[in-house]
Amino acid sequence: MTAILEMQGITKTFPGVKALSNVNLSVEPGEIHAICGENGAGKSTLMKVLSGVYPHGSYEGEILYDGKPARFRDIRDSEHAGIVIIHQELALVPLLSVAENLFLGNEVATGGIINWPLAYQKTEALLKKVGLTEAPTTKVEKLGVGKQQLVEIAKALAKNVRLLILDEPTAALQENDSQKLLDLMLELKGQGVTQIIISHKLNEIRRVADRVTVIRDGSTVSTLTRAEITEDRIIRDMVGRDMAHRYPERTPRIGEMLMEVRNWSVMHPDQPRQVIRDVSIDVRKGEIVGIAGLMGSGRTEFAMSLFGRSYGRDIQGEVTLGGAKPDLSTVSRAIDAGLAYVTEDRKALGLILEEPILRNVSLANLEGIAKGFVLSRGREQQVAEKYRSAMNIRTPSVFQRVMNLSGGNQQKVVLSKWLFTDPQVLILDEPTRGIDVGAKFEIYNIMNDLAAQGHGVIMISSEMPELLGMCDRIYVMNEGRIAGELTREEASQERIMALILQDGMKGDAA
Amino acid sequence: MSTAETNKPATGIGAHLGSHLRENGMMLALIAIVLFFFIIVRAVQGVDFLSAQNITNLFLQNSYVIIMALGMLLVIVAGHIDLSVGSVAAFTGAVASMLLVRMDLPVLLVIPMVLVVGGLIGAAQGYWIAYWRIPSFIVTLAGMLVFRGLTLWLLGGQNIGPFERSFQALSTGFIPDLFGPDKPNVTAMLLVALAAAAIVWAGIRGRAREAEFGIAPEPAGFFWARNAVVVIALLFVGWKLASFRGLPNVLLVMSVLIVLYAFFTESTTTGRRIYALGGNEKAAKLSGIKTERLVFFTFVNMGVLASLAGMIVTARLNSATPKAGVGFELDVIAAVFIGGASMTGGSGRIIGVVVGALIMGVMNNGMSIMGIGIDYQQVIKGLVLLAAVIFDVYNKNKQG
Repeated sequence: MTAILEMQGITKTFPGVKALSNVNLSVEPGEIHAICGENGAGKSTLMKVLSGVYPHGSYEGEILYDGKPARFRDIRDSEHAGIVIIHQELALVPLLSVAENLFLGNEVATGGIINWPLAYQKTEALLKKVGLTEAPTTKVEKLGVGKQQLVEIAKALAKNVRLLILDEPTAALQENDSQKLLDLMLELKGQGVTQIIISHKLNEIRRVADRVTVIRDGSTVSTLTRAEITEDRIIRDMVGRDMAHRYPERTPRIGEMLMEVRNWSVMHPDQPRQVIRDVSIDVRKGEIVGIAGLMGSGRTEFAMSLFGRSYGRDIQGEVTLGGAKPDLSTVSRAIDAGLAYVTEDRKALGLILEEPILRNVSLANLEGIAKGFVLSRGREQQVAEKYRSAMNIRTPSVFQRVMNLSGGNQQKVVLSKWLFTDPQVLILDEPTRGIDVGAKFEIYNIMNDLAAQGHGVIMISSEMPELLGMCDRIYVMNEGRIAGELTREEASQERIMALILQDGMKGDAA
Repeated sequence: MSTAETNKPATGIGAHLGSHLRENGMMLALIAIVLFFFIIVRAVQGVDFLSAQNITNLFLQNSYVIIMALGMLLVIVAGHIDLSVGSVAAFTGAVASMLLVRMDLPVLLVIPMVLVVGGLIGAAQGYWIAYWRIPSFIVTLAGMLVFRGLTLWLLGGQNIGPFERSFQALSTGFIPDLFGPDKPNVTAMLLVALAAAAIVWAGIRGRAREAEFGIAPEPAGFFWARNAVVVIALLFVGWKLASFRGLPNVLLVMSVLIVLYAFFTESTTTGRRIYALGGNEKAAKLSGIKTERLVFFTFVNMGVLASLAGMIVTARLNSATPKAGVGFELDVIAAVFIGGASMTGGSGRIIGVVVGALIMGVMNNGMSIMGIGIDYQQVIKGLVLLAAVIFDVYNKNKQG
């Protein structure tokens, strides 16, 4: 069988950076081919070369599609050839209907006049293919992220896709939506659609991929067949070293009680329903406490309502922090009381992307670099330099804008910002989301250091292995309640899921 | 990993120019425009563009734009806009005239009263914007209509004036020469020389401090060249002013405000927080910054500065008129954007805004002297604004 796609010796340089260096990729017809690599390894750049975002001539090397040289000038060109890319950030228009989105730029029209009955008919057929039963007139904003992802795929099918590229399709999806999406990928494979999936999630890759190409530092490292796909092998190829220990060793030294939350209840900010019900948790000095739960179980809402009431209304409950009853009524008071919250959405809620590293680091504690009202920019720089070396933030200078940093380094900047407020308790919400394996390991090390220094750390995560690998104790949340508490020894993925399911049944019975 | 060592920022004049392209470019553009008019006006009209009288005029004509632009920068950095400043200036000017002429109150009482009125107007608008999250475009568009209407109502469609000399002095007064009435005005020369010395001294101190903290300093040659240009320009302007009527009061007020606001925006915690708020409001809020209060403050501040500008304009015309301040908001907003502020908030510098306002002012003045019609003037000003913003966007894209 000849390859449907053959990328040979692709080299792409940006001013000062070689993003891709002699990358080779060969995709067989009808297979699902996974591409793995750390953030910044060059996966997305490679896909942009393939789809014509970087036009022919702006890179070196040859693309053979169906055995013939392909020279795409833009995305339209590659889509004509049946190559469709679905980006991480979905490209749907929220206020338009599903049907309007499916045929956007490609309307079912004669002479510029849209044939709506035919368009709706075609839409229904396409939605059926991806397992959706929504009406074609449904506005996209009414759909959850999972269904929107399926609409994106339907949109690709509307373009008669032959090679479908999915860039981290499950990054924003819940577990069951992810499973549906993976099932659909297998189904499309059965219908002969060749697919490329870029993913960080190794268990997904193992489930759907026929072959895996690993990219590291802009070059192809290996292409593995199905039999060779193991997590250890992929991780080794990705980071270039053995990662027998994915979680750093640590001997917990747990001290006295640091923070107690009792009977915490929160109402939804604008709907008459309770989002958090009677949650009570403890954190001790030097302890890493996990909060597990499905998406929508109320973990982020709990953390944010605790942190200066930045979520919800009618908040009730008691908090003791370091032996005192702190005033947590505003964010700045919560910070003063020794609480820090590292958000799950660092780009939207954690950083000022346009501003340089040093200004982001000082943001939550400007008093710490000021005399009275007057800032000392020298002191600000010293502080930033201190955290740059302590956290190993990889950047040519602390004057670099954070938008130019990789996800892992951005996360280190956010952590620096909160450490500079000298917190007693840090709440880390999905601290390793969207960052690569190597940087994850560094974040884990930082967390362990914090615990060793006597901070209390609360870690919210949707990745159960990470919670099991890092935490001394895990609370399991479901529907705004604490469904159970497991010690390090008791905890396992099965136990956590069992607690969630049992709690769900209790909730249904009540 | 060795990236930290290998990617040291490039040093040297070229790299420095590149990273400060915008500010230096603006300064050069201002100098180029001044020289252009100097040459053209002399050749065509046979008039000295840089005569003492015209330089004095330039400051008198543009002081109100610069003063309001200082406040507008804060509003725009915070991610908002204020369209009402022209109407507010007219209204507060009218209030001042009522208090002075109809009620015969003393000037020293009227000035603070009117500043308070301006602050209250800013508070009234800022309240809806900050705490109710009504878009500032809408609130201040409403304010623009409301305060224009109130001006007409207050003045009953008439002009009110003239004022006593002490109020007029706000705009057309000059700082008296302490060394006697002979020309040149020694006080003016001394003040300007002191200002120039202060600028150089602050620059040298800043450099020393940067060196102490290990910040890569501006190349020495470049630093001295830039300061030489600034000092020569200042001394030249000072000498010209001294040989005419001295330093206009309004120039002193304006200079003090510029220094205060430059310090406020760059070196205080509150100033920094306004930039953070404009850069990412949610992140700022989650960092403990009271974003609503800051937005409210920027509008109160804008109202106070608009009322100061309103009084200066009224004093200059020596009467409050219903048509005062029409279109001011456009000049002020244009100055801020020509000065390099970002349309989405979060960036912009006082020095840029001042240069931006001066560019607009010099062009107004120069084109008027040349007898270019108001029609062409508007076209040219519009194109300059567009070009300045395109230049910004182009640069930003190039930097990635």
